Amino acid sequence: METFAALAHGMAVAVQPMNLLYALIGVFLGTAVGVLPGIGPALTVALLLPVTYKLDPGGSLIMFAGIYYGGMYGGSTTAILINTPGESASMATALEGNKMAKAGRGGPALATAAIGSFVAGTIATIGLAFLAPWLVDFAVRFGPEDYFALMCVAFITVSATFGDSPIRGLTSLFVGLTLGLIGIDKLTGQARLAFGIPELLDGVEVTTLAVGLFALGEALYVASRHHHAEEKIEPVRGSLWMTKLDWKRSWKPWLRGTMFGFPIGALPAGGAEIPTFLSYSTEKRLTKHPEEFGKGAIEGVAGPEAANNASAAGTLVPLLTLGLPTSATAAMMLAGFQQYGLNPGPLLFAERPDLVWGLIASLFIANVMLLVLNLPLVGLWVKLLAIPQPWLYAGILVFATMGTIAAKPSVVELSMLAGFGVLGFLMRRFDFPIAPVVVGLILGPIAESQLRRALAISLGDPMVLLQSPMSATLLGIALVALLAPFVLKGMNRFKASED
Amino acid sequence: MTDLPQEPASRRVDRAGVVIALALAAVAAVLVWDSRQLPATTMYGMGPEVMPVVIAIGLGLLAIGNLIDALRGNLPPRESADPKAVLLILGGLALLIAIIGLGGGFILATSALFVTTSAAFGRRAILADSAIAIVMTTLIYLAFDRLLTLSLPTGPLERLL
Repeated sequence: METFAALAHGMAVAVQPMNLLYALIGVFLGTAVGVLPGIGPALTVALLLPVTYKLDPGGSLIMFAGIYYGGMYGGSTTAILINTPGESASMATALEGNKMAKAGRGGPALATAAIGSFVAGTIATIGLAFLAPWLVDFAVRFGPEDYFALMCVAFITVSATFGDSPIRGLTSLFVGLTLGLIGIDKLTGQARLAFGIPELLDGVEVTTLAVGLFALGEALYVASRHHHAEEKIEPVRGSLWMTKLDWKRSWKPWLRGTMFGFPIGALPAGGAEIPTFLSYSTEKRLTKHPEEFGKGAIEGVAGPEAANNASAAGTLVPLLTLGLPTSATAAMMLAGFQQYGLNPGPLLFAERPDLVWGLIASLFIANVMLLVLNLPLVGLWVKLLAIPQPWLYAGILVFATMGTIAAKPSVVELSMLAGFGVLGFLMRRFDFPIAPVVVGLILGPIAESQLRRALAISLGDPMVLLQSPMSATLLGIALVALLAPFVLKGMNRFKASED
Repeated sequence: MTDLPQEPASRRVDRAGVVIALALAAVAAVLVWDSRQLPATTMYGMGPEVMPVVIAIGLGLLAIGNLIDALRGNLPPRESADPKAVLLILGGLALLIAIIGLGGGFILATSALFVTTSAAFGRRAILADSAIAIVMTTLIYLAFDRLLTLSLPTGPLERLL
C-alpha cells in the first residue's frame, strides 16, 4: 500500500508540464542518438550529461530516464535495419530482426520490438516500484563492510564471470580501479597519482572517460577497419503493423523475455547480454516455426527485445536502492546523479522521495511516449541512418568533444579525453570489455572508502569483514563468482580432451 | 597448466600481448612508487597508501595472466587496421587541443576535428566539409551560448557573432 501512495505521489510529480516536457525531450534525444549506429544507451547518456548540468536535478533526472529508455528503443531500430547493434544487448535482436527486414518484414519487426519493449518496460518498472522499498528496508541495515562486500560481488560479476575471458575482464576492471585512485584522497586529503598536475587533483571525470572510451574509441576503431565494413540500410517496406498471427506469436516471447530480463538485471550480474541470449535460445527451442529461425522469426525479435528492456529497468533496482551500477549505462546514470551531489541509496529514498518516485513514475510515462512516438516517427529515424558515415562519425566526435569543452576547456582535460579514446580503440582492437573500466572508476573509490570506514570502526581489525554474516556471505559469493569461470573452463578443456 | 598438447602448433607468441602485459606491470610499478610518497599518517585502520598497493598487486597478477595468454598465442584474432585513418583522427584531436589551448575558439577547433575525421572515413572534399563544419559548429555555439547559457571557449570567429 505504501508503494501505491509513493507511486501516486511520484506520478503527480511526473505529470507536471515541465517534467512531461523533459521526459519528451529525453525520449526524443535518446531515440535520435540511440538510432545512430555504434552508439548505445551508455554513450547516449554520457554525451548528453554535460548539456544538462545547469538544469534542475528533478527534471534532468527524468530526462535521463527518457534518454536511457529512448536509447534502448533506438538501438533496436539500428539492429533491425542495418545489423549494427550499438551494444551487445541488441545483438540477439539483430540476428532475426535484420533477416526480417531483408525479407521485407522490417515493419512488423520494428513493431514487435517497440511493443515488446513497452510491455517489458512497464512490467519491469512495476517490479522496480515494488522491489525497491523492500530492498531499501533491507539496505538500511547495511554497514560499511557489507557495502564493501556487495561492491566486490559487483566488480567480479561485471568483469570476470560472464565475459569471454576472465583475465581480460579483470584487466579492464583494474584499469578502471587505477584511474579511480587518481586525485585527492577524500579521507586524508592527500594527492594520489596526480604527478603535480593540478587538473588531476579532482580525479578523472566519469564523463570524460566514458565519452573517450565509447565515442572516440568507437570512431577510431570503425575508421581503422573502414575498408572492411560496408553497411546496408534495409528499407522499411510494406505495412508497419503486425498481423494477427504476429501478435499471437509475439505475446508469449514478450512475457518470457521480461521474466528473464528483470531478475537478471536486478541481480548485480551486469548487463543485458545474458537475458537477451537466454531469451533467444528459449524462443528458438519453444517456437512452432523452427524453420524460420535464422531466416527472420518474429519470436527471435520479440523475446530478446523484451528481455533487453526489462533488464534495463532491472539494473535500476540496485542503482536506486544501493547506489550500485551494474552496467555501463547504469554507471552513467549514477554519474548523472552525482553531478547534482545526489547519492542513490536508501537515504535518497528517505530524503528525496519526490525525486526518486518522480523518476520511477516518469519511466512509465517515457515508455508510453516511446510507444506513441516511435512507430509513427520511424521514417525520421531511418533518415538519420542514411547520414553518410564520414559525416556521421565527424559529427559524433564534434558532439563528444563538445561536452568536455563546455565543462572543462583545458588542454589537460582534452588530452585525457584523447588518451581515453586511444585506450578505447586499443581495448576494442584487443578485445577487452569496456564496461568494467567505467564501473571500476565509479565504484572503486566508493568501495575503498567503505572498506576504510569499516576498518576504522573496527580499529583496524580486518576480521570485521567476516564477522558480519551479510558481508561474509557476499564475499563468499564474490569468491565463487571469481573462481567459477576458471573452474568451468578447466572442465570444458577436460571434456574436450576426452572426446 | 603451461603445457597443452592439443594446442595447434601454428600459434605463436603474440607480441602485442606481451607489450600489454609489460604496460600493466609498468602501471603497477608506478602505483607502488607513488604510494611510497604518501606519509603513513593514519592511526588505525587503513591509510591512503594501502589501496594503490592492493591494486598494484592485482595488476601484477593480471600482467602475468596476460603474458601467459600472449606467449601461448591465446589472444582473439584481429583484423588488419588502417593506420592512416587512425592517425588522421588523432591529428584532428591534436589540432583541436592546440586550437583550444591557443585561444582559437570552439568553432575553429571542432571544425578541424570534423574535417579530419571525415577525411579519415574516406571523404576527399575538404573545402565542402570545412563549410559544413563551420556552419554546424556555429549553430551549436549559438544554441549553447544563447539557449543553454553554457559558455564555450571563444576565439576570433565567436567574437564576430
